[in-house]
Amino acid sequence: MQDWATLLKRFFSEFMVGAGVTLELTAVGLAIGLVLGLGLALARAYGPFWLRSLAIGYIELFRGTPLLVQLFLIYYGLPSLGITLSQSLSAYLALGFNSAAYQAEYLRGAIISIGDSQMTAGRAIGLSRWQTIRFIILPQALRLVIPAWSNEPISLLKTTAVVFLIAVQDLMAKAKRAATITYNPIGSYIAVAVIYLVMVFVLNAFLKWLERKARIPGFEMDAHKA
Amino acid sequence: MTNTILTVKNLTKKYGRNIVFENISLNVNEGDTIVIIGPSGTGKSTLLRCINLLTKPDAGQIWLDEQEITAKDTDEDQVRQHIGMVFQNFLLFNHLTALENVKLGLLRVKKLDKDAAEAKAMQELERVGLSDRANHYPGQLSGGQQQRVAIARALAMDPRVMLFDEPTSALDPELIGEVLEVMRNLALSGMTMLVVTHEMGFAREVADRIVFMEKGSIVEEGSPDELFYRPKFERTREFLWKITELYGKKEKEA
Repeated sequence: MQDWATLLKRFFSEFMVGAGVTLELTAVGLAIGLVLGLGLALARAYGPFWLRSLAIGYIELFRGTPLLVQLFLIYYGLPSLGITLSQSLSAYLALGFNSAAYQAEYLRGAIISIGDSQMTAGRAIGLSRWQTIRFIILPQALRLVIPAWSNEPISLLKTTAVVFLIAVQDLMAKAKRAATITYNPIGSYIAVAVIYLVMVFVLNAFLKWLERKARIPGFEMDAHKA
Repeated sequence: MTNTILTVKNLTKKYGRNIVFENISLNVNEGDTIVIIGPSGTGKSTLLRCINLLTKPDAGQIWLDEQEITAKDTDEDQVRQHIGMVFQNFLLFNHLTALENVKLGLLRVKKLDKDAAEAKAMQELERVGLSDRANHYPGQLSGGQQQRVAIARALAMDPRVMLFDEPTSALDPELIGEVLEVMRNLALSGMTMLVVTHEMGFAREVADRIVFMEKGSIVEEGSPDELFYRPKFERTREFLWKITELYGKKEKEA
């Protein structure tokens, strides 16, 4: 296996810096995606017609085109409109905007599965529509969504690897550099594959813990039945 | 006690061409318990939802005390605070404990401070006999307990009138009694109640007036004795006979 372990040792500190960048990209992309995705999901579930259409348009656009195209449009395309963004900012935005479209659909599914009846119950005690969404619907939807949504952080973590194409110094970029220096591409890419694998494993364990932690006693059975 | 709390006048609700009910008029006096009976699909539940403004009627007016709540400039959230509603399938907030379910409206609608809300919520749970289940989630309670929490949640808002939409229909027979018991005590304590139910025992014992609805209109209304022993219409007699037979058996078993 072209001695990937030795290579891993030699470039370890550099790979760790790259892995740090990868985690940062994942975290920021996920955060932007969550905030924007929540807005999109609410717009789609409760918004007036024009807002709903806008959200659907956004989601279809970002799910229907490759992330790499979106990344290049932001990094190489926007300067021609007079907007020049740094490499890492471009990467954050592309990942965040893209992830938002997927997270919006997970969240919308959860919101719908909570059902109109909880809205009725909230309104019946005098809560406003927005109060009911905030205090009744969302707290349940955000818990219910976790098992399905857990795909997104994992998927995003791996997807971040495309940003090395605009020269962001993530783990993938470090692997490419190590491959060039050592003339050992196989060893180099196996080494970072192992690092990706470890990161996914740890992230997965965290998500499983989160899922257990957020469980509502006696509710999960009903949710699965529904 | 002839103070009228709720007045419904010529209320009509349609879905497209399908008329749910037409020209319903109803007066509810303070402290009265009015039981609405009738075959399913006659618009009893929709009538309750209209009174609580959860469904918009197509014509007619509703007054709560002196206020016309069907008027265009009505603040619906304001009105609903004063009309408690209990649903067939409880509709507790699944992510909140029994206490939190009762507390939420006090905190967010009535804007009580934490301690006051907690004390009031606990008091309401005690009223339905569930203070020992305060920290249980709905999923950890029986159907009967869930419905009692739902009643406490509605009562916490100090409503002028309570609407019950088939509150025991989704319950196992052995759990119906505890919910009816709470409702009976509530009626005796002077709460104004409008109850849609098939529980004839409850209707006969507790109702001040029974309203028999069929095919979207009120066929007959009167005291329990009038309806059970001297109904004016054959249809009323038939329905009461059938339903008493059906549910009477269940009551005996329970």
